[in-house]
Amino acid sequence: MLSRTRWLSVPALLWLAFFFLIPLLLVIALSFLERGTYGQVVYAFTLNNYSRIADPLYGEVLLETLAVSLLTTFLTLLIGYPLAYHIARLERGWQHTWLLLVMMPFWINFLVRSYAWVVILRSQGVINTLLLSLGLIDQPLSLLYNSAAVLLGMVYALLPFMVLPVYVSLEQLDRRKLEAAYDLGASPWRAFWHITLPLTKSGVVTGSILVFVSSIGMFVVPDVMGGAKSALIGNVIQNQFLSARDWPFGSALSIVLMLLSVMLIFLYFRAIRVQEREGREER
Amino acid sequence: MKTIIQLHEVEKQFGQQTVIPPLSLAIAEGEFLTLLGPSGCGKTTLLRMIAGFEQPTSGEILLDGQPISQVPPYKRDMNMVFQHYALFPHMTVEENILFGLKMKKVPAAEQQHRLEEVLQLTRLGELRRRMPRQLSGGQQQRVAIARAIINNPKVLLLDEPLGALDYQLRKNLQLELKNLQKNLGITFIYVTHDQEEAMAMSDRIAVMNRGVIEQLGTPQEIYLRPKSLFVATFIGENNLFRHRDAILAVRPEKVKVYKMASGGEQPRRTGRIADIVFLGSLRKIFIQLEAEETTVLAHENGDADPVWQIGERVGLGWAAEDEVTLPC
Ligand SMILES: Nc1ncnc2c1ncn2[C@@H]1O[C@H](COP(=O)(O)OP(=O)(O)OP(=O)(O)O)[C@@H](O)[C@H]1O
Ligand SMILES: [Mg+2]
Repeated sequence: MLSRTRWLSVPALLWLAFFFLIPLLLVIALSFLERGTYGQVVYAFTLNNYSRIADPLYGEVLLETLAVSLLTTFLTLLIGYPLAYHIARLERGWQHTWLLLVMMPFWINFLVRSYAWVVILRSQGVINTLLLSLGLIDQPLSLLYNSAAVLLGMVYALLPFMVLPVYVSLEQLDRRKLEAAYDLGASPWRAFWHITLPLTKSGVVTGSILVFVSSIGMFVVPDVMGGAKSALIGNVIQNQFLSARDWPFGSALSIVLMLLSVMLIFLYFRAIRVQEREGREER
Repeated sequence: MKTIIQLHEVEKQFGQQTVIPPLSLAIAEGEFLTLLGPSGCGKTTLLRMIAGFEQPTSGEILLDGQPISQVPPYKRDMNMVFQHYALFPHMTVEENILFGLKMKKVPAAEQQHRLEEVLQLTRLGELRRRMPRQLSGGQQQRVAIARAIINNPKVLLLDEPLGALDYQLRKNLQLELKNLQKNLGITFIYVTHDQEEAMAMSDRIAVMNRGVIEQLGTPQEIYLRPKSLFVATFIGENNLFRHRDAILAVRPEKVKVYKMASGGEQPRRTGRIADIVFLGSLRKIFIQLEAEETTVLAHENGDADPVWQIGERVGLGWAAEDEVTLPC
């Protein structure tokens, strides 16, 4: 019986091996190889790719990326939580409509969506044309090709990753717990703070990790909306694989980025657990 | 006695469905009032309207003479023990119990003082640092009660608080709750569909059926003088006899079974013994009537010697004051 059920997991394991484990091993292997003069991979062991990362240039980009990703996560949470809360309180039918609207952008190619923002924000774009024709400004505002534009694009692109898990945890929240809080004298705001928020923490955690991990490797948005100045680590990696044709170095960068993400997520989990424990001992 | 809660023509509809037709009820201060009725008769709905979680469709509820329909639940001076406890899973027993005092910003020293008092009362002292998921059903129950009574509310609303517990635990907690109510002097509005529980604990019982209070009275009145067929059959066991255009109800413990040979009294009905069930303290005797398509139930002391044979022809009698006449 056991051996038979064990067979059931074989397809999933094969899938994991094929699309996750093997590529990962390939990237790790690549990162220890050398680049030939014409961009081909030379099969000789080296640690050079990793020592190159120590260059302050990359450190700066990495820090910038982390900052943008953290800010993106924070902003999506700030916008996504109230949105999810609003949706969870609607009637069934309306909930489905709203969720569909939230997910709709997923159906359109990501690149196309980013260029749509360009059309809206550029100097001859929708906003500037409108403001100019209304006479509110006499010089087009530079809304595009700066960090704020990148942030806007990222938040827009990753918002659903926050809204959906938070919505799910809000959906699962037992309304009777809230009623009990009201019954014990908690105003709606305090009931939210003491009951709703702690009990939907799992959704917030999942959403934050999804958004953070996605934004740390993001290269389309900074490319399209950030212009040349605001390159993030995702763009650097992309360049190594495409224009610079330095696959080993690109691989090394990816590995470092991945380790960094894993570490941050680990710290995040620890922080939450400590906070939980302190919450218990407080009072 | 002072009235603490007054329901005045309170009505509740959900959509097109009328769950509670206009209903009036006065509850006295310090009273233990039980709402008793079958599942779906509107007990929880009535309680939730008093607590403020549902708005009456029409009518008014007064607390201490003040109308409270505009007062949100968190400002009403009453507390509720929920049907399924609704403890806060992310807080310890202690934090759960203190939640109400914290919300009302009671000084820390007094919080501690009252916590100790309530922990002792509910015998939860040793469990104070546990999380709710680490407690048994009966312990969770006690936390739910402690969390409510620490606030010293004027009125405590309890929605089938013992519903999920086994028989023995129920019996114990029934006594504890009743003592608690007597000692604290809090008004209890208690919902149950267990009539034995209602009998054991209440000062007065309101028997509900389809949103209507069929009868309101002391347990004795409800049991001995039911006013409707529903009450007569819902509370305890009853034998019903057709008598001209009314119905006579006689409790099984009031029915006497005679040997036909013994003469003496003229039996009110005659029949044959259909079945005998021994239940320890009493013996249930089922008698198939000869003249009617009815089986009558009579109770006999369990320690009396069994004298009846299945199929034996017997006479039945009862005292005139033990029969209750009910409208059809
Ligand atoms: N929110 C609601 N929307 C629609 N109908 C409802 C709602 N709440 C209760 N009802 C209906 O009102 C009636 C009374 O329900 P209520 O929960 O008050 O019964 P109850 O007496 O507490 O039953 P139980 O003993 O099973 O708890 C039921 O028919 C129920 O379907
Ligand atoms: Mg109920």
